[in-house]
Amino acid sequence: MATDHNPPNRRVEVDQLIADGNVERASSLLRELWRRETGSATAAFVATRLDQLSGKLPIAKFKLAILRSFTVEPIVPLLRAEAFAYGIDLDIQVGDFNAYVQDIVDPQSSLYRFAPNAVILAVRSEEVAPDIAINFADLSAEDARQAANRVARSYEQWVSSFRQHSQAALIIHSLERPTPASLGVLDNQSDPSQSGLIHQINRELRRVANGQRGVYISDYDALVARHGSEHWHDQRKWLMARLPIAADHLLHMAREWMRFLVPLTGRTAKCLVVDLDNTLWGGIIGEDGMAGIKVSAEYPGAAFQFLHRVLLDLSRKGILLAICSKNNLDDAMEAIEKHPGMLVRAKDFAAMRINWGDKTQNLREIAKELNIGIDSLAFLDDNPFEREQVRAALPEVTVIDISGNPLEYAAAVRDCPVFERLTLSAEDQQRTTMYAEQRQRAGAEQSFQTKEDFFRFLEQEADLELVTNLTLARVAQLTQKTNQFNVTTRRYSETQIAEMSKQRGWHIFSIKVRDRFGDHGLVGVAITRDEGEQSEIDTFLLSCRVIGRSVETALLAHLAKSAAERGCRSLIGWFLPTKKNAPARDFYRQHGFVEQQKSDAGTLWVLDLKTSTLSAPNWIKLNVTEAAATR
Amino acid sequence: MRLTRYDEVRAIASDILGVPAAFLNASSSPDTIESWDSVQHLNLVVALEEKFGLQLSPEEIEQMKTLGDTAKLIESKLQTSPR
Repeated sequence: MATDHNPPNRRVEVDQLIADGNVERASSLLRELWRRETGSATAAFVATRLDQLSGKLPIAKFKLAILRSFTVEPIVPLLRAEAFAYGIDLDIQVGDFNAYVQDIVDPQSSLYRFAPNAVILAVRSEEVAPDIAINFADLSAEDARQAANRVARSYEQWVSSFRQHSQAALIIHSLERPTPASLGVLDNQSDPSQSGLIHQINRELRRVANGQRGVYISDYDALVARHGSEHWHDQRKWLMARLPIAADHLLHMAREWMRFLVPLTGRTAKCLVVDLDNTLWGGIIGEDGMAGIKVSAEYPGAAFQFLHRVLLDLSRKGILLAICSKNNLDDAMEAIEKHPGMLVRAKDFAAMRINWGDKTQNLREIAKELNIGIDSLAFLDDNPFEREQVRAALPEVTVIDISGNPLEYAAAVRDCPVFERLTLSAEDQQRTTMYAEQRQRAGAEQSFQTKEDFFRFLEQEADLELVTNLTLARVAQLTQKTNQFNVTTRRYSETQIAEMSKQRGWHIFSIKVRDRFGDHGLVGVAITRDEGEQSEIDTFLLSCRVIGRSVETALLAHLAKSAAERGCRSLIGWFLPTKKNAPARDFYRQHGFVEQQKSDAGTLWVLDLKTSTLSAPNWIKLNVTEAAATR
Repeated sequence: MRLTRYDEVRAIASDILGVPAAFLNASSSPDTIESWDSVQHLNLVVALEEKFGLQLSPEEIEQMKTLGDTAKLIESKLQTSPR
């Protein structure tokens, strides 16, 4: 079996970084190592290196005590590694075997001397309720009921005693139902039943927990059921080493504990930002259209509805939802608002960034708009390159790892511990609605229900001029690299551009754009050639980052205006389709051009300059240099 | 470059025992490696089961007296029940 030779190299690099004192880079590489090689061996490596970094890391230590009736030692490194991945440095003390009662009731116990921030009480039915879990068949109905009551009362006393000595959070494992029951199928036909009594004890546990501050129930029974009792348990390990959990489920136990530790340490996410194409629906709205994208109650669209349901569940807990997608705004909004398969609509999202710009920048803007820290964001995107980019540029963002299978998306989000909450306030439940109301009250329609509001919000300013010696290189470069918003995809060298600019009847325009977030530089090029009463657009292109912001309208309107001033009667242009220039397909139509001719190569569009109403949008401050204005 | 079964087992032992792989050899055992106590032995067993998708019996675990023995054991188990 061939094995990737890379693993040892990452470890060597980590050790080198630690030796060099490069704590930040070492931490980052350790997290990456854990993500790529999750497992017990890696956990041991991560835990020991964490020990070396401890004290130098800018994250708070959190003290966790585990009281137990079974062996948990092999789970400890897994838990430390998982916690570290979420920015938590765990200092773990494991109580003596089966000493949990003494640890709790004795105020001088090592438990209280440790002064933990949280305590996990990991005790199994077999150990704490052996009468019911093991010897049930020997008991009379009355004895069985009393046994169950005794167990429930014991827990109540332990919780009360604990609270007297500590204000730490207490996480109690619920009891596991024995499967199969001692009496087989007879159990479900009788009262009291073995499973019924365990269930009753667990109900009591919940009541006790709800009656105290900071006491929580971890549903161990449900955890085992989820993974399957037969696979979860390891009889041989139990007999050898009192380890009841099989090797490949130890990580699941650690992850269950993380669902409590993450909210307890406040390392939660306040907002989940989702992509659209192939994340919220199957397919690409810009290419497949409303009829082509998949989101419905049937396969394959059902996978996406499952995800929508999870998103709605998150928002009921007070977690905000946002969209970050590379798309034309109107294509995306139409799908969100009108597609019958969508279970989430615009109103469910507190912020949106739907444009062709960089996702990292968009995420920063979303955090700013929602007034939350970048470290409060979680990000869900089917594209691994986008995920990697965000991970690298914004390490504080929780990037959710998903496989390529949409049927697994819902579970991936549900399993992410940053969405767990231990309390729910009225404010949490109303949060999304409150955000919508606040936006309306402020009058700044930041949800951008109309494109125009979004454009005004951008405060764009553009410089339009003819190509000069200074801009020659950039203009040529754009013709060579721009693929998406490019109507003819003609590639020109600097020499060719320089030559063209000298010829009569040829005009080469460039446009530079600034907006409220910064200067985008020279982002658009238009080349026209006058022939008689016609001006033909040889090239019209715009860089990805400013597509869909009406910059193209401003440039096109100037072409029309200046052609008309030179005496032309029509402005014409070909659209030559390629695999990549779908974003430009409707450009001429959207601006009032009429289809004149179709060939194998593409479509010829015409604008009658006498009747055209095309004008530059008034929300862009357009600066046209003299030369560009008069030629 | 293909790693041998022994190399794989040694890499896991290196992580678990906290000893550089170069300091481990086929005759490394709880007697020669200080950190190789009963707790770590259990951790080693668990890591091997997880990595190779195996379940080791108490008898087999008894046979794991050295790293070399361990690698042979894993190899023979994988031969009889390949993943």
